Amino acid sequence: METEKIKETIHMISDENLDVRTITMGISLLDCIDSDSDVACKRIYEKITTKAKHLVEVGHQIEIEYGIPIINKRISVTPISIIAAASNDKDYFKYAQTLDKAAKVLGVNFIGGFSALVQKGYQTGDLKLIRSLPQVLAETELVCASVNVGSTRSGINMDAVAEMGKIIKQASERSFMSNTKLVVFCNAVEDNPFMAGAFHGVGERDTVINVGVSGPGVVKHALEKVKGSSMDVVAETIKQTAFKVTRMGQLVGTIASERLGVPFGIVDLSLAPTPAVGDSVAQILEEIGLEKVGTHGTTAALALLNDAVKKGGIMACSHVGGLSGAFIPVSEDAGMIDGVNSGSLNIEKLEAMTAVCSVGLDMIAIPGKTPAETISAMIADEAAIGMINNKTTAVRVLPIQGKDVGETVEFGGLLGYAPVMAVNNASSAAMIHRGGLIPAPIHSFKN
Amino acid sequence: MKAILTTIGKDQVGIIAGVSHFLAEKEINISDVSQTIMNGYFTMMMMVEIQNEKTDFAVLSQQLDELGKQLGVEIKVRREEIYDAMHQL
Repeated sequence: METEKIKETIHMISDENLDVRTITMGISLLDCIDSDSDVACKRIYEKITTKAKHLVEVGHQIEIEYGIPIINKRISVTPISIIAAASNDKDYFKYAQTLDKAAKVLGVNFIGGFSALVQKGYQTGDLKLIRSLPQVLAETELVCASVNVGSTRSGINMDAVAEMGKIIKQASERSFMSNTKLVVFCNAVEDNPFMAGAFHGVGERDTVINVGVSGPGVVKHALEKVKGSSMDVVAETIKQTAFKVTRMGQLVGTIASERLGVPFGIVDLSLAPTPAVGDSVAQILEEIGLEKVGTHGTTAALALLNDAVKKGGIMACSHVGGLSGAFIPVSEDAGMIDGVNSGSLNIEKLEAMTAVCSVGLDMIAIPGKTPAETISAMIADEAAIGMINNKTTAVRVLPIQGKDVGETVEFGGLLGYAPVMAVNNASSAAMIHRGGLIPAPIHSFKN
Repeated sequence: MKAILTTIGKDQVGIIAGVSHFLAEKEINISDVSQTIMNGYFTMMMMVEIQNEKTDFAVLSQQLDELGKQLGVEIKVRREEIYDAMHQL
């Protein structure tokens, strides 16, 4: 017995919040399509509840036998805009209700895939799905939605960007929680296990298990031991820690896939924070040597962190995928909230950080009076960063009706709480009203 | 199946006796054991062999939790693979 290694593992789990953040089962719904939406919904319900029947049970078994917490058990499905397009329904609320019902019966935490991919334009179902979003987000509990508005290969669909600003605004008027379940992407990935942006891509196998690991607390703790050392040592320490964290994800994914009889897809190498003390990405950046997250040097520290996590994780698992990088949500990270409250972190700095990290402007509360066009313009900026840099970017902003800068909004649970952040008050309306398509960048033409 | 049983807590009389008596009752074999006192904390690791067909892991974990409470220590059992997976390729 190698007692030191056993102690290290126990310490990571018990004291440093090491966990497997999610086991997500991807399920294709392409074989459920029917021009009669009732028939399609019946097939969808049956397929999901059959394929994922044992998902939660197997997750619990693994937690008990291996003593590693698995925080979420989730399902992702084929984008519903594709599945529902054959029907003549005026909206797709019925499909969302079906997903919600299946998720509740199975006891999973979320189901993702109420999604549309519109980076180049709308097919029959896309606009209907998008316009169903305010009702779906307000009246279902577990359904997560995403819309991909841009990609490096095809450019940015500015009509969709304009539409999404309005939709986010409308959704916020129904419930302040609605937009926590909606992500607007550029370069969305097809095997993402993380919510709210998970969907099961059409190029994927029929059913697949994807795993998302976490462990900001473990990384921070490892860095506490190398105070004052050079950045090379910081990078090496993060790599070694990420390796161990990822091995845990690989093991859990392999076992889950065997027990469920479903192929193992990918491990998503992400550092996903929670509001718990010591489970913060911001605090890793501060441990690297920043007095407060958001100050000068934050982007450089985050770039190093993001890259080192990938380098460490990539050797530790058979297939890497999903978003794979550090998440920087504001409300879900105690250190980010502190940064905002102290005045050190603002939206402009967060936007810069998204150029070098995994996703984008995530879980950011903004004043309820923010115009739809300003929200669209925030989406356009993020999409531009993603498009030009060949990476995934996303926007999950939360206009909070009746609240303004300096006030706080409580989401509860893993979603935490957020200070309402200031946005630039100068108008972007005339640009957003132009619509059209921002052409794909020159470096996308690689063939 | 092989599992690692860890017992951590404030040192006192009867911890080893209590744990090994429980394991003997359950017909669980101890194949290796290591025990130290770190900063006044009793730390014991045991490699045990659990017969799959006889034992429900969930029930075993719960019983060990209860035993831990009686003895004033924390007892956890985890399958061995998790330790191997994390530290070697």
